[in-house]
Amino acid sequence: MSDSHPSHLAHQFDHVEQQRQASTMGIWLFLITEIMFFGGLFTGYIVYRTMYPEAWTAGSHELDIALGGFNTAVLIFSSLTMALAVHAAQVSNRRNQVLFIAATMILGLVFLGVKVVEYSAKFEHHLIPGPNFHFPGDIGTHVQLFFSFYFTMTGMHAVHMIIGEGIMLWLLINAAKGRYHKDYYNPVEVVGLYWHFVDIVWIFLFPLLYLIGRH
Amino acid sequence: MTMNTVATDNPVPAGSEKHYLTNGHTLSSWLFTVDHKRIGILYLISLVVFFLLGGAAAVLFRLDLMTPAGDLLRSETYNKLFTMHGIVMIFFFLIPSIPAVLGNFLLPIMLGTRDVAFPKLNLLSWYVFMAGGLLALFAIVFGGVDSGWTFYTPYSTMYANSNVILAVCGAFIAGFSSIMTALNFVVTIHKMRAPGLTWFRLPLFVWAMYATSLVVLLGTPVVAITLVMIFVERLLHFGIFDPALGGDPVLFQHLFWFYSHPAVYIMILPSMGVVSELISAFSRRRIYGYKFVAYSSLAIAVIGFFVWGHHMFVSSQSVYAGLIFSFLTFFVAVPTAIKILNWTMTLYKGSVSLQAPMLYAFGFLGLFTIGGMTGLFLSTMATDIHLHDTYFVVAHFHYVMVGGGVMGFLGGLHFWWPKMTGRMYPEGWAIFAAIVIFVGFNLTFFPQFQLGYHGMPRRYHEYASQFQILHVMSTAGASILGFGYLIMTGYLIWSLKFGKVAGSNPWGARGLEWETTSPPPTENFLVTPVVKHEAYAYDVPSETSDVQEPRPEQHNV
Amino acid sequence: MNSVFNLFPEQASSISSEIDLLYLFILIVSVVFTLLAAFLVIFFAVKYRRRSEDDRPEPPHADSKLEIAAGAFLLVLLMGMFFWGAKLYFKGNRPPSDAMEVLVTGKQWMWKLQHPNGKREINTLHVPLGVPVKLTMTSEDVIHSFFIPAFRVKNDVLPGRYTQVWFEPVKAGRYDLFCTEYCGNEHSRMVGWVEVMEPADYERWLSIGTTAAASTAAGGGPGESPVDAGARLFAELGCVTCHNQNSGALGPNLTGVFGREETMTDGSVVTVDENYLRESILNSQAKIVAGYAPIMPVFKGLINEDQLAQIIAYIKSLNDNGTDG
Repeated sequence: MSDSHPSHLAHQFDHVEQQRQASTMGIWLFLITEIMFFGGLFTGYIVYRTMYPEAWTAGSHELDIALGGFNTAVLIFSSLTMALAVHAAQVSNRRNQVLFIAATMILGLVFLGVKVVEYSAKFEHHLIPGPNFHFPGDIGTHVQLFFSFYFTMTGMHAVHMIIGEGIMLWLLINAAKGRYHKDYYNPVEVVGLYWHFVDIVWIFLFPLLYLIGRH
Repeated sequence: MTMNTVATDNPVPAGSEKHYLTNGHTLSSWLFTVDHKRIGILYLISLVVFFLLGGAAAVLFRLDLMTPAGDLLRSETYNKLFTMHGIVMIFFFLIPSIPAVLGNFLLPIMLGTRDVAFPKLNLLSWYVFMAGGLLALFAIVFGGVDSGWTFYTPYSTMYANSNVILAVCGAFIAGFSSIMTALNFVVTIHKMRAPGLTWFRLPLFVWAMYATSLVVLLGTPVVAITLVMIFVERLLHFGIFDPALGGDPVLFQHLFWFYSHPAVYIMILPSMGVVSELISAFSRRRIYGYKFVAYSSLAIAVIGFFVWGHHMFVSSQSVYAGLIFSFLTFFVAVPTAIKILNWTMTLYKGSVSLQAPMLYAFGFLGLFTIGGMTGLFLSTMATDIHLHDTYFVVAHFHYVMVGGGVMGFLGGLHFWWPKMTGRMYPEGWAIFAAIVIFVGFNLTFFPQFQLGYHGMPRRYHEYASQFQILHVMSTAGASILGFGYLIMTGYLIWSLKFGKVAGSNPWGARGLEWETTSPPPTENFLVTPVVKHEAYAYDVPSETSDVQEPRPEQHNV
Repeated sequence: MNSVFNLFPEQASSISSEIDLLYLFILIVSVVFTLLAAFLVIFFAVKYRRRSEDDRPEPPHADSKLEIAAGAFLLVLLMGMFFWGAKLYFKGNRPPSDAMEVLVTGKQWMWKLQHPNGKREINTLHVPLGVPVKLTMTSEDVIHSFFIPAFRVKNDVLPGRYTQVWFEPVKAGRYDLFCTEYCGNEHSRMVGWVEVMEPADYERWLSIGTTAAASTAAGGGPGESPVDAGARLFAELGCVTCHNQNSGALGPNLTGVFGREETMTDGSVVTVDENYLRESILNSQAKIVAGYAPIMPVFKGLINEDQLAQIIAYIKSLNDNGTDG
């Protein structure tokens, strides 16, 4: 196998296939840890939702379903552009790699921008948990718990998006330099898996926070 | 085997040949190394510092506990010291100890590979660990933390007037370091074994690392998000566990123990792996019931995830939940007890040599047996009601985590010291220190069982006068224990320069790590080893144990 | 005083000796196995010590029989421990229905206790000999834990809910009371005494000089029992306007409600206990009995822990004497 030792083969590996398998396994293990990470939040969400279903319904009515739906569409579309970027790397198409990675980044930024709009609306409506939180009615304190989870969950998701943007920038630069081609594309693939995972988290967050309990 | 055979088979003094220690002498050659062996050494140095700091805190509050009124310290200081002891020892010593030092150093060698799968990630894990550790130390030095290492809410989030946030951040960051190491190990074990090295030819240390890494990967993220919730509640005043908002502080305990109970196995499984290596090497036998020992590590790792609620029998969790957690806890005891049987049976008809590493292995067997047995009192619901949060619990987990975890670490450190440094430690001093540590440990912690059953609560700065005599015994033991550790630190440092030069295999042990030079070259093996035998093939003459074939291609010479 | 070198501490409650017996059983099992393991390890290490550098012992012939047999034997032994411990735990968890109830409030760093006749005390608990006592406990701030070693009982004390401990003292005397959940700076000073007295002495103690100042400060009249104070609050807060026996009353009639199973508007069934009553008063919208409208005001912030406990004591008392709710 190792009749050549191309520059993209790290010294600890014997051959390219071993390197590819290792990085693929690594990213999947990492994604498992991410599932456990968000799993803790989902557990808390489920426990409290079961305890206070009315407050959870009231809380989700405060969220902007149009903006949330738009963002869901944006993220799903960004997963498509990411997949196309991986494909472009697999067929050694440098121009399309750059194009699709940049498109994915822009869609991610759009998502984050909409999130900022949503957060600031919550601020105006006194829906940020803490001393300034105000929600009329008897279940206000429990609605505050809902918003604690809303902000923690979407906040953790947004942090993952921001980290993704950073990694994507690094990927973009390397793609522009032509580092990735049909013999070596696992960085693009690995970042792609991460990006899809972050999308999937949102696919769970959106119905749990925005949709469930609406009639 | 006696010491005088050691130095003769490789007369070349360390330092004059080319190996991983001589491959660059500058500070940056260490700080930017991606060599798993050097990273292991970086971890070793950092962990010794953390261990001494955590130990110093313990000595201080043990001295304070000599008198019922706690005359030496103020209660505030006392609380900060036991918190510091817990945070430093658990997050910054015990959890990384064997995996980050011995695992990093040995795993790739035992697998017959040049390095772990992701060497840069490995180096990053050390930096991340240091960042977390320094942040926690900063929190401790500037203001202190008094929430206990368990960070129970609502005390930690709403009542503590100390640097809880910084300490939480420190623990959170250190968690990434564990994850990086674990991820590296799992991928390396799966994808980078030498030709012929099948799963059931792996040394049991590797199996233990594998089981530990799985626990780290599944558990650490949960404590990470739990710490994020603490952070959010304390800093941003988001209510998450706040009972005034309808939040549930017991939910925090569930999330916390979901990690922190398996974390006990993160500390003990690696030690079990080391003990398997030691007992095998010093009785020159394959481990009795190899497959059972290998699988039982995995079984313990898996069952360990379903017993967290036994920390909460008096926390007002449902009695039926308590029933299930108690029931499952007894199931962890079975594979653990049988491992002890397997180690004991390995000695039977073996060729037993009592050198210092083996003494530590015996120390492990004795202390861990006591630790495990006293666990039965705590998994039995009725007795746990009385014993929960008393000194009995303190004694129990020190027997497990120090008697088990640290004894394994020290045994492994002595066993592989010649491999890591190229020098032998002084055997006489080592045996002396091992005995001092064993005696000191028992004198420190055995009285605490009795204290606990008589009702002495843990985390008490002042206490009822009837408990004093046992506290004095415990403090006396702690000073002996501390003395033992200092002797050991002293002669190990001494041996770096003055120790006898070790050959590549001073113990006559089997395993790939003994087939390369001491210290190993940067690329571990000059030729890729091809494994033809099961681990611990002591009955096969060593010349033919593993035939080495030239590596087809050297990338790194 | 009982020496710490005795195997068991003072046995002063009805379950102390039972717990000690179980403890002794596990202790014997542990000692036997630990000594056996130690003996075997040392014996083998000596008998099979390395006699020559050329020793090449045979590899062990392990069939799994020994492991399976040992595992099965252990499992049986451990299951015995489990069932014994669980049985005793359930016994210690279920107070007899005639138990005398004392209200306990933990706060940083003291224990506040109130007897059925309204007498209050701090950090000392007087109880009559031979009478089952149930403690209903809550915390005003962080988590505490109520521990009486001589009685072998302990339970965490949580903010925002009630937990229980019960015991029956069998030996007069003065016993330690500890907080066992770390609760801050003066955790180790959150200690006190339990005084077990002859019932006649207890009655005499109860009747003399109820600490008027403490009772008044907490919102009850001097010497007013929790039930009486609860009845007064029930009227003063206007609860009685809806919770009465008239047909067509806006709220459920509370006579005999305690301990009953009620169906909620969402179809779930809830047993009415202290924690349900607590939730229904503080957050009245949380779980509403089927057939009633969610119109009850929220009392959170309007009443303190003591008053809440008194109202609950009053509602519970409606079971005994059937007075109008």
